[in-house]
Amino acid sequence: MIPTIPQSRSFRLVYGGYVALFFLYLALPLTVVAVFAFNDSQFPSLPWEGFTWNWFFGEERPQIGVFHERGILRSVGTSAFVALCVAVLSVSVGTTNAFLFNRYEFRGKGFLYVLMLLPLVIPGIVLGISILVFSSTLANGLWDFAQMDLQALRPGLLLVILGQFSFITTIATLVISARLQKFDRTLEEAALNLGADRLTAVRTITLPFLAPAMIGAVVVAFLMSFENFNTTLMLVGSDAPLTIAMFDRLKEGSTPLLNAVSLLLMLGSSLLALLVILFQRRG
Amino acid sequence: MRNQSRITFYLLLTPLVLWLGLLIIIPHIDMLLISLRERISFGVYETSLSQYEKALTEPLYLRTFWRTAVMSVLATVITLLIAFPVAYYIAKMAKGRLQQVLFLLCLIPFYVSELVRTFGWMILLRETGLISSLLQWVGLADQPVELLYTDATMMVGLVYTSMLFIVVPLVTTLESLDDSVIEAGYDLGGSGFSVLREIIIPHAMPGIVSGCIVVFMLSLGNYLTPTMLGGKDSLWFTEMIYNQFIVRSNWELGAAFGFMLLVLSSVIVWGMLRLTGRTLKETMG
Repeated sequence: MIPTIPQSRSFRLVYGGYVALFFLYLALPLTVVAVFAFNDSQFPSLPWEGFTWNWFFGEERPQIGVFHERGILRSVGTSAFVALCVAVLSVSVGTTNAFLFNRYEFRGKGFLYVLMLLPLVIPGIVLGISILVFSSTLANGLWDFAQMDLQALRPGLLLVILGQFSFITTIATLVISARLQKFDRTLEEAALNLGADRLTAVRTITLPFLAPAMIGAVVVAFLMSFENFNTTLMLVGSDAPLTIAMFDRLKEGSTPLLNAVSLLLMLGSSLLALLVILFQRRG
Repeated sequence: MRNQSRITFYLLLTPLVLWLGLLIIIPHIDMLLISLRERISFGVYETSLSQYEKALTEPLYLRTFWRTAVMSVLATVITLLIAFPVAYYIAKMAKGRLQQVLFLLCLIPFYVSELVRTFGWMILLRETGLISSLLQWVGLADQPVELLYTDATMMVGLVYTSMLFIVVPLVTTLESLDDSVIEAGYDLGGSGFSVLREIIIPHAMPGIVSGCIVVFMLSLGNYLTPTMLGGKDSLWFTEMIYNQFIVRSNWELGAAFGFMLLVLSSVIVWGMLRLTGRTLKETMG
């Protein structure tokens, strides 16, 4: 079943057809979401009432476009803020983790490594509730102890950031470790021989080498945070990030406004992904 | 110098320990403790196993638990069966440009939020949706057909959502299989089927295992797809956790549910690793 082994014509046709069907299945839901963003009707469904840009730029009811819908814009801002915090935090910790696992031999290293992988196999909802439970234990303890009510420990943006950070860090660590493993240690030693101290050697030699992986990890972390639903759902307070805001609207019934938001999301994230691919090819 | 290296070591160790300790280990211990208590009256709690007793004796809870487990396994198997030929095609049949393009196409749905993917299926499958209209137009149905809110719909959504996570590891492992090994299999008189069974599948096993684990975890922990696409009867275990926590504020029972889900996923992941003789480190790292 490789091109050098002759296969019957019908087998090849059936196989090719199957693969084509698969890609149709992959593309279908995304295509309909995109197409119905332009439907001039209150519902993202047939009949097709004509083409309109209103769901993007419309200013009047009933067709208020994305760019004039306050609630959606605010939640995009919230999501971007959360995603930025998560990306910076998780890549910082991911980098220190990568150095730790790559450069040091210590007792319990294997155990810590497995522990580090664990967040990937814990369901997002469970991660969310465990952090919810713990932070509220802390908040209640603080109240009993000092009569202080620390709002930051109640459901809200801080918890959302910490919740997403708790598993995205694992991914950042894996991405950066993979690159660090390919690093030629003798380059660093050369810098040391030439009189640089350790920190300077790492800053001028190792970190620039790691930069493509770190930037890639920032983008992946940003996207994962932006799209996260499960963990966020359990930890969200009054400021809803975009996925939660869209979910609430979707439950009430959908208008093509949601299609327009989705289309912009798709464009935004594919653009980011493309940038990373181009960047990594150069790096 | 020796001293400085030790300081650096502890500086690097601190963020890791803080992260794992404060956000993973202690919260889970706290969740376990909460699930092990019973509310006697306002602010008064007693340690007991009553939450687990409730979870294991109430038929609705127990049925949902097993249903979620079985459906997740089923989703994993279906995903693997659908994805394997496609991954094989990308890795071995397609060459050059086509190969790269197909691989990139597989990645696209990953960059799109799960919410958007689910929304797409709702547009396609609902009563006024595209498929229903298409069926009427062709003449296979004479009135709108509701295709949403069944187990089959939910399965379509679950398989779709996790497809990528199995295609990528499969393509990676299959690509590393040398063509000449397959040719040798044929030269030695193997049929297509025996080559598949004795050469290709054993070689792809690492990819199959890690893909299956990820797909299983994603299905088990999924909340959106069962909520939006599944019917009234297809309650998912994560929905019950959400209900206990957010709707009913019964954290004790919710925490017990959370722990049951965690144990279930650990047992199945562990079982899969044991069965194939691999470690978590090889599979995920």
